[in-house]
Amino acid sequence: MARTASPRAAEDPAGLGRARAAGIAAPALLVVLAFLVFPALWTLYLGTTNYRLTGFAARHPHSVGLDNYTNVVKDPAFHHSLWLTFEYVVGSAVLGQALLGFAIAWLLREAAGWLKRLIEALVLLAWILPSSVVAFLWSALLDRDQGTFNALAHTQGTAWVVEHPMAVIIVFNIWRGTAFSMLLYSAALTGVPPTQLATARMFGANQWQQLRDVVFPHIRGHILTNLLLISLWTFNDFTPYQLTGGADTRSQILPVYIYQTALFDGQMGLGAAIALLMLVINLVVALVYLRLLRERRGERTA
Amino acid sequence: MARIRTVDLTKTFTDASGGVTALDALNLTVQDGEFFALLGPSGCGKTTLLRTLAGLETPTSGAVHIGDADVTHTAPGKRGVAMVFQDYALFPHMTVTENIAYPLRVRGVSKAEQRQAVLAAASELGLTGTDTTVGLLDRRPGALSGGQQQRVALARATAANPTVFLFDEPLSNLDARLRLEARTFLKRLQRELATTTVFVTHDQAEALALADRIAVMQSGRIRQLGTPREVFRRPANTFVASFIGSTPMNLLEGTVRDGRVLVADSEIALPDGTAGAVADGAPVVLGARPEYFRVSSDPLPGAFGGTVAVAENLGSSLLLTLDVAGTAVQAVVGEEEEPEPGARLWALPRQDRTLLYADGELVG
Repeated sequence: MARTASPRAAEDPAGLGRARAAGIAAPALLVVLAFLVFPALWTLYLGTTNYRLTGFAARHPHSVGLDNYTNVVKDPAFHHSLWLTFEYVVGSAVLGQALLGFAIAWLLREAAGWLKRLIEALVLLAWILPSSVVAFLWSALLDRDQGTFNALAHTQGTAWVVEHPMAVIIVFNIWRGTAFSMLLYSAALTGVPPTQLATARMFGANQWQQLRDVVFPHIRGHILTNLLLISLWTFNDFTPYQLTGGADTRSQILPVYIYQTALFDGQMGLGAAIALLMLVINLVVALVYLRLLRERRGERTA
Repeated sequence: MARIRTVDLTKTFTDASGGVTALDALNLTVQDGEFFALLGPSGCGKTTLLRTLAGLETPTSGAVHIGDADVTHTAPGKRGVAMVFQDYALFPHMTVTENIAYPLRVRGVSKAEQRQAVLAAASELGLTGTDTTVGLLDRRPGALSGGQQQRVALARATAANPTVFLFDEPLSNLDARLRLEARTFLKRLQRELATTTVFVTHDQAEALALADRIAVMQSGRIRQLGTPREVFRRPANTFVASFIGSTPMNLLEGTVRDGRVLVADSEIALPDGTAGAVADGAPVVLGARPEYFRVSSDPLPGAFGGTVAVAENLGSSLLLTLDVAGTAVQAVVGEEEEPEPGARLWALPRQDRTLLYADGELVG
């Protein structure tokens, strides 16, 4: 009796029937269609045209086939931007946020309660402040003449944003995003059995051996999930624009490059093509991580 | 091989509600090669003591000596101590072989030597050879039974070649039947290795069965230290008396008068060797184990006379709870007896096995 009843219950747990269920979901689906699916398809279409923001081509765009894509792929400016984005993602997310976040989580694991809460609060603050506020704070911090940083480091007159734009946005993004990795790793570390750590210690394992043999195998899934999320977020991050502006090609990471191409130079078609390429890169990165995660799961059950 | 000695070992934990003394100026010596039990209810400090010996806790004051060395401030990995935790703490992502080889790998021992040590430890622990364990060494801990996991944990500990073993509740993660088997195995292993071993348990039967000597602990202090026989026969105080024994000892409040104990409206003979030790009229506690009663349906002089309130079948025997003038007295009778609830019986405690406690401490 229960066996025959349960599949039907699983199909329709609310007991609404197909029509009413569709009716309830429809408004949300419409919103998704209007604001996600349509723009995505529109971008796909735009990428094959010479559509411009202003001028003749804005009124009468015509198809250029795959010209936009071949042009972009051959364009040294695009290559340069892609390389900067790679630097930005690896430097600020994979190395910066993930390592620093783990280090803080690991060191705070046995810290006194008040110290832990204080540091967590400070790190979190960097994460939850609106990006416009944060960008303003950093502009003030790094200002050439009146900046706090120059005053502290006795480097008056150094225009950090102008002289070292990549370093600035990498440090900025580490500062801004470490909280997420820290929180995720703190939670993950509570799941590492203390007796396994103690056992490793009893056998004379040093800190690095404890991490390698006990901690990392236990939190591998968390590490991969974290890296996946922060790589994608950083890859698509537009906040640096608020610090450096878009014109400086030395710090033009892809989102900024697209913005510059599509909205500033007005080449909507070209911008759409780059955006699509970016989406493909995102997908590839996500697939690699998901593959690694699945391998891990297979290993566990084997 | 090594002797363990603690000198005025004290450990206090401080938290929001103030300090908790887990170990109170503890002086204890465990002899070389001894199988030593730390027994007590939860929160008595036994686990803290074990962890302090291991170096996982730093004492507030006092010292720990292992062998000739003062190891109070020595790192856990440098004490020559191997500890097996209650959950075995096997590394789930390593095979059995890798687990057992781990202590050697950490020390940077060569692969060939590791393999040799693994095989030696595995055969010592019965992890190789028999039909059921073929291929065991290549499995991961998750694919092993509880008993096998315990043996792997023990094999890993022996592979470290320590001078001292520490076991935290070694049997409590096993089911009841396996526990007895593992108990025998553990005792034989310890005899063969002859390595000084300290283990923690809350199960008095486990301590009695395994240990050469037992320290019964309460509130960070040792309430009695002795062989299982001593601790069972002559508990030094009412705490130990109530803690040791599968069926708890009857501890009956009464007074001494004319060489007898007045308890539960009965006049019971003073235990052997206590005559004159307590003044007349003094309040005492009479201790009598349920196993040491002669029970009869005819009146016996100097016995507890009461009615059967509850009869519990223990298999080869029967545990009776008698209502003696409003006081519960428990006595064990043979399986051939089948008293009905409500039946009137007389229970005579063996004079050479009864104990007298004044102010909670054993008299005589």
